[in-house]
Amino acid sequence: MSAGAKSERVGLEGVRLVSEKEAAGGRLAREDLELVVGLEVHAELLTRSKMFCRCSTRFGDPPNTNVCPVCLGLPGALPVVNREAVRLAVIAALALNCRVNLRSRFARKNYFYPDLPKGYQISQYDEPLAVNGCVMIPGPPPKKIRIRRLHLEEDAGKSIHEGDDVTRAAYSLLDFNRCGAPLIEIVSEPDISSPEEARQYLEELRRILEFTGVSDVKMEEGSMRVDSNVSLRRLGQEQPGALVEVKNLNSFRAVVRALAYEKDRQSRILTAGGTVRRETRGWDESLEITVPLRLKETSEDYRYFPDPDLPPLILSEEWLESVKREMPPLPEEKKRYYVDVLGIPAYDASILTSSRKLSRFFDECVSRGADPKAISNWILSELLGYMNSRGLGPDAIPTSPEFLVKLIRLIDIGVISGRIAKDILVKMCETGRDPEEIVREEGLQQVTDRAFLEHVVDEVIAENLSAVEAIKKGRSKAMGFLVGQVMKKTGGKANPELVNIIIKSKLE
Amino acid sequence: MSGGALWNMKASALLELMMAGEVSATEVVEAFLDRISEVEPKVGAFLEVMRDEGLAQARRIDELRQSGEYPGLLGGLPVAVKDNICVAGTRCTCGSKMLANWVAPYDATVVKALKAQGAIIIGKTNMDEFAMGSSTENSALGLTRNPWDLRRVPGGSSGGSAAAVAAGQVPLALGSDTGGSVRQPAAFTGITGLKPTYGRVSRYGLVAFASSLDQIGPLAADVRDVCLLMDAISGFDERDSTSDNRPVPSYTRALSKSAKGLKAGVPRECLTQGVSRGVKECFERALEVMEDLGVEIEETSLPMIRYALDCYYIIAPAEASSNLSRFDGVRYGLRAEANGLEEMYVRTRRNFGPEVRRRIMLGTFVLSAGYYDAYYLRAAKVRTLIRRDFKRAFEEFDILLSPTTPTTAFLLGERTQDPLSMYMADVLTVPANLAGLPALSVPCGFEEDSNSGEDGDGDSGRRLPVGLQITGRPFDEETVLCAGHAFYQAVAPAVEAELARMRKDLGKESCGSACPQAQSPKGSAWKE
Repeated sequence: MSAGAKSERVGLEGVRLVSEKEAAGGRLAREDLELVVGLEVHAELLTRSKMFCRCSTRFGDPPNTNVCPVCLGLPGALPVVNREAVRLAVIAALALNCRVNLRSRFARKNYFYPDLPKGYQISQYDEPLAVNGCVMIPGPPPKKIRIRRLHLEEDAGKSIHEGDDVTRAAYSLLDFNRCGAPLIEIVSEPDISSPEEARQYLEELRRILEFTGVSDVKMEEGSMRVDSNVSLRRLGQEQPGALVEVKNLNSFRAVVRALAYEKDRQSRILTAGGTVRRETRGWDESLEITVPLRLKETSEDYRYFPDPDLPPLILSEEWLESVKREMPPLPEEKKRYYVDVLGIPAYDASILTSSRKLSRFFDECVSRGADPKAISNWILSELLGYMNSRGLGPDAIPTSPEFLVKLIRLIDIGVISGRIAKDILVKMCETGRDPEEIVREEGLQQVTDRAFLEHVVDEVIAENLSAVEAIKKGRSKAMGFLVGQVMKKTGGKANPELVNIIIKSKLE
Repeated sequence: MSGGALWNMKASALLELMMAGEVSATEVVEAFLDRISEVEPKVGAFLEVMRDEGLAQARRIDELRQSGEYPGLLGGLPVAVKDNICVAGTRCTCGSKMLANWVAPYDATVVKALKAQGAIIIGKTNMDEFAMGSSTENSALGLTRNPWDLRRVPGGSSGGSAAAVAAGQVPLALGSDTGGSVRQPAAFTGITGLKPTYGRVSRYGLVAFASSLDQIGPLAADVRDVCLLMDAISGFDERDSTSDNRPVPSYTRALSKSAKGLKAGVPRECLTQGVSRGVKECFERALEVMEDLGVEIEETSLPMIRYALDCYYIIAPAEASSNLSRFDGVRYGLRAEANGLEEMYVRTRRNFGPEVRRRIMLGTFVLSAGYYDAYYLRAAKVRTLIRRDFKRAFEEFDILLSPTTPTTAFLLGERTQDPLSMYMADVLTVPANLAGLPALSVPCGFEEDSNSGEDGDGDSGRRLPVGLQITGRPFDEETVLCAGHAFYQAVAPAVEAELARMRKDLGKESCGSACPQAQSPKGSAWKE
């Protein structure tokens, strides 16, 4: 009852919003409302050891095998900052155009939860590692999404509830392997105004973090996690409405669907004259709706204070400069290079730079002397085609740059035809073998034996006299037909140019 | 034995005898174990005595020596360790029910260092629960008495370590000092204790009370023995981000320097803070001794240290409230039976003692939204001002002198009902923790007019020891120890005669009415 009274009081603002609109002579319509979204993204850093101890960050090991007094929060244990984690976080900050603070500080975020062994999480609060960044999303129209801050923190452990339902579980188990893994949290400004923009922002973040080697950003393994703050604002007004936090977004698709759902839900409430409640909701993947999460009975007071176990994190100018110097290229820079220097079409270049692994694969092919355009075509049409059909991601390219370059060279020097090469590529991908080996063992070399080919051409001419007539009447299309017939008879191995020459000479 | 009983000797003397081959480590350890058996029922300094491991290690040291190998700086010397410092395979209770059965799976860095130098860890000593207290009465696991007067407290929170050294149960001990917990019990039990500069000794493996103030420190009969321990435990530790990596001098060697010409300041604020007449007189005599040694003494002022205790009682509980969150019953230590998580937390954490709960509540409050600025942040600013006061003083002086405590050891139960009077015991020691400075307590004499508190029948008539506190510049332990050593040489004959007499009587004294054996005295805080 008192809760109802409270929500009515909170509702006054919303009511006034409607009456103002009415005074202006109309009802509040959906078109008057704009989505306002800020995203908080957690990404696990690609370090070998944890944020504050030397335990491995390997994923998928047996539970509680990568643990020590520090990450288990045993009495007397103390944290020591992982230098590599700081370096990766700084790379991320620079890649996201943030200002890196030479002095930042770790703080304790205090709360009780079984997977949080110290009873506090070491994070950064009022002095984060970096601030004021931005990311461009393609649109249309292109738009700048500002980043408020980027900070370092440690991950918690994992609770496994018997029966997977925390409310009814008879017991819960804890795995601390992930506990203490290094994370960056990237907080955007509320600049995102549609589910599609949110998707683009996340895609762009993922591309940048993956491309710079900061994180492997796999949502399915939990190395990238997203929380969102959603509200609606009347067009032309500064102040957005009540903030709804949506958690449990386990895929980009979930983010898009949840935001669309929230936009719909909140505008329905507002256009009906109601008020949106400030609360935390969770995305229900199976029902495709957001549901209110149980509110903590106390308001969240994390009692942040500077962690006395860790002195302020001071970065020297020189060190920061050295990180900048050794900074891996950003996807946009790489793309520009591909287009401007290598002459790759823009669309192809953006696919090649959609992941670091793919871009590196391409670079290595080029450095082995392959023609950039040819290799790009092969990667985009054949290799990625094969990978897509098998559901392979850029992490699992099934052949090597060395072999792909060899394959193309075999075409160039006329050992195989382009058609056969496509079959060989599939074989390379399936077996991981060297294309030269496949050609040799399976006898796939092109036939360039003139006497043999003349014999085959004679046969084909004899069997297709009508086509020969057509050619003589000047219908050149029929020429292709004859070449095709020769190829067919030779199992695709005949050298097409040579066949062309022979047919022409026979018909003269 | 010519020099008297082995257990009555100092560590440095024992080391010489062992090196000369006159006694074995096994004999030394046996002598102290016998002494523990003899007086422990009266003193109650230990929570655990590692008899078998101690003897086994002693034999190993003897074998090393026999085969001509160097057994380390402390080869064969027994050391007692406060029960908030982890020794692998041994219970580390912190004087709390919460950890009464928790066995540490690893060695604290200082323990590793002690072992590496051939020290023999012979026992874990009693303490105020999680080092919160000034009398060791807040231990949930045992009662420790002051060997000078068994009706009195040994001080705290390192009361077990101090009492063990004073009673001759062990020549060396480690304590931890967050607001005076090494120096104050050293003063109360007539021995020497040092709180090193913050960062000089690794805190890795010390169960945290207030991380920005905690520092492990040695307790021993005199300054030379304190130096022995300091030489073993000082230095940078990559596992403690707050430890300092500047080079460590040999403290033992520094003792040969003269104190002559040192400039000493006496902060006038230190004599107004409830200092008893007896302590004041003793301190003034100590200043005369210092002057005779050629130390130039001058009065000075550190105006901000008036706020030190208030500042301390915001910062220390704030940090403690967070540090003690990990004792939630989930992974180790005591877990109460309950239906559901929330109830388990609540029931489990009810097993903290009243003082610990008081400080957790206080700390939680001062960090809460809406109060943070008014309390924690302001205290942090005051702390900066206190540091500044010290910095200014040390531009002029090499050391600062004050009594270690305002009074001598008080009676068991005398202050348990009044937390503020208990907190006052640390009023003179807390500033060094807030400023991170090295500070030594060295015996300077005895209170003439025994101020025995409310039930002053005073019949045992033994005079109680008084400590002189010497505070120095950051990382200048050398000057502090050097001045302390010079001073102690001058008063040693009188102090050590009393100490020897006390120890002798302690062995003889039957445990009469003055020594209630099993129970805490009335008014002890252990009822809810």
